[in-house]
Amino acid sequence: MKIHEYQAKHILHQFGIPIPRGYPCFSVDEAVAAAEKLGGSTWVVKAQIHAGGRGKGGGVKIARSLDEVKQFAGKILGMTLVTPQTGPQGQVVRRLLIEQGLDIRKEFYIGLVVDRGRRRVCLMASAEGGMDIEQVAAEHPEKIHKVYIDPGAGLTAAEAEDITNRIGFSGAAVAETAVLLQNLYCAYDSTDASLVEINPLILTGENRIAALDAKMNFDDNALFRHPDIADLRDLDEEDAAEIEASRYGLSYISLDGNIGCLVNGAGLAMATMDIIKLYGGNPANFLDVGGGATAEKVTEAFKLMLRNPRLQAILINIFGGIMRCDVIAEGVVTAAREVRLHVPLVVRLEGTNADIGKKILAESGLAIISAGNMADAAEKAVTAAASAASAAIPVTGS
Amino acid sequence: MAILIDRNTRVMTQGITGKTGQFHTRMCRDYAYGKECFVAGVNPKKGGEDFEGIPIFATVEEAKQATGATVSVIYVPPPFAAAAIDEAVDAELDLVICITEGIPVRDMIRTCHRMRGRKTRLVGPNCPGIITPDEIKIGIMPGYIHRKGRVGVVSRSGTLTYEAVAQLMEQGLGQSTCIGTGGDPVNGLRHLDVMQLFDEDDETDAVLMVGEIGGTDEEDCARWVKENMRKPVVGYIAGLTAPPGRRMGHAGAVISGGRGTAQEKLAVLEECGIKVARNPAEMGKVLKSALG
Repeated sequence: MKIHEYQAKHILHQFGIPIPRGYPCFSVDEAVAAAEKLGGSTWVVKAQIHAGGRGKGGGVKIARSLDEVKQFAGKILGMTLVTPQTGPQGQVVRRLLIEQGLDIRKEFYIGLVVDRGRRRVCLMASAEGGMDIEQVAAEHPEKIHKVYIDPGAGLTAAEAEDITNRIGFSGAAVAETAVLLQNLYCAYDSTDASLVEINPLILTGENRIAALDAKMNFDDNALFRHPDIADLRDLDEEDAAEIEASRYGLSYISLDGNIGCLVNGAGLAMATMDIIKLYGGNPANFLDVGGGATAEKVTEAFKLMLRNPRLQAILINIFGGIMRCDVIAEGVVTAAREVRLHVPLVVRLEGTNADIGKKILAESGLAIISAGNMADAAEKAVTAAASAASAAIPVTGS
Repeated sequence: MAILIDRNTRVMTQGITGKTGQFHTRMCRDYAYGKECFVAGVNPKKGGEDFEGIPIFATVEEAKQATGATVSVIYVPPPFAAAAIDEAVDAELDLVICITEGIPVRDMIRTCHRMRGRKTRLVGPNCPGIITPDEIKIGIMPGYIHRKGRVGVVSRSGTLTYEAVAQLMEQGLGQSTCIGTGGDPVNGLRHLDVMQLFDEDDETDAVLMVGEIGGTDEEDCARWVKENMRKPVVGYIAGLTAPPGRRMGHAGAVISGGRGTAQEKLAVLEECGIKVARNPAEMGKVLKSALG
């Protein structure tokens, strides 16, 4: 799960991480009031959306007067911000963060993430702050320093000081930064985070450090023990179909193609998307109904796919193991009747009770295209989608 | 003897009294030699009771002492599953197979750390389990689709593995052992560990390795194969069309920071001389051709 920058800063502050003073705002008036309350002569107006790269899209502005705060807040609130991470459709800005402007002397990068190979949390630090860290990692991997943290001992003072020195801190700031790193690991660990990034961590003109930006993601599987964090979920930042899917325990991801897929199991669902592409089509979604799908779940999955205006065919690929194909077939028949199916439906059933399932489909009277294997299913779905697409093009001319 | 498990393996079920544990214990008991293999259940509050004749013990240690079981399978709910693994490790079992999906990563990091230097091997979590066909199945896969044979299968997934097995069967190829290593980012045995076991197993002639996006398990395995493997290996990687940054059902199936893409994995597999099935409908066919 993702949260906003201002929420991440609030959490990190509770763990002793210094942050700039600031207030989240939902209107222009609130933004101006926040700036007045902060005082000073420079403020930063920051769009709060979950995607990164906000500065590049015009979502972060430095204001040097209250008039400018008002002007920028008005411009950013409600705008559709397009960044490299939002995709071309962008994301509407509904919240702002107004912060005091700080005197930046130097910028650093700090990140925490799981290293799967080592089965440990990895602390990454670099003197190349404020940059796209993926680019630094690709071009200058030697500029990123790492510590793989022992889960028993945590990040030790010696490790924290060592990496602080390696990224170029000196003098009094070393001790302060080392403590910050230890606190940051503590925040990561205690909140079941899956990612913490401070980019940049800054050293100010007064030789103080502060997290100028902050990003936190959390392990969905651990939210049950962090109800306070789960409450920070912002549904405005998520795809409507995906929110609906999560309510029914379906794993759904919207894609930009026209062939809907309904599959049991994540690996098989990915393979189904891939084979559609291989046969010249484009998947409209990833959808894993899971191992214990019921007829109701299949119906809900159908409804979700059919909401997609681009949908031109549906491919169902089920390998029945514990889940029986006859149960799926019944779900499909019920759903197809209930939702007024308007696109061709290709079904491939294999495994437990596949024959009974196929019989149920054949006897339903529904126009279902039956497929013998994955390749056959993909080919038929791609053909069906193509002919549905060409039929949908209005005939013009004489 | 195939790998890891055979008809002589003695198994306890941790979480035997839950709905899932009951259902799958029944299915496993009814498969091949299951009746002799599944000898104990564990539930801290129900020691002394039994499940359809299988005695239940309060602890893993007691179950081990009383029945000689050296392998456990775990269906315990996610908040308690890592502790269940810890208990099995402390009782010095040989093998723990954790089926549970949804264990927090932090718990698995701690559990894996505790396991260092211990004798216990872990398969999973979030996996379908292991089957040595016509002998024993420990997990949730449909037993009847398998037949005993000489192809090893290792995969991170459940139903995609069943698909691979069905394709092998279509080619007339049975399996020595099939292992699902699980869809989580932090887990026990990986492709590489399983590949080493298959390489040493004189009942395995070739290996089908089914991978997916995320992490570097497949690449690490491929590099080892290039230098060491004495048997043909065929690979398939799912997720060529997966968008970056999104978790594709499995907690571990995510392209992060531009790493872990299917394209990248396929390239490494091919560089390492592994025959790749680009079409998921042709895994069986390509394996057959690799046997020459």
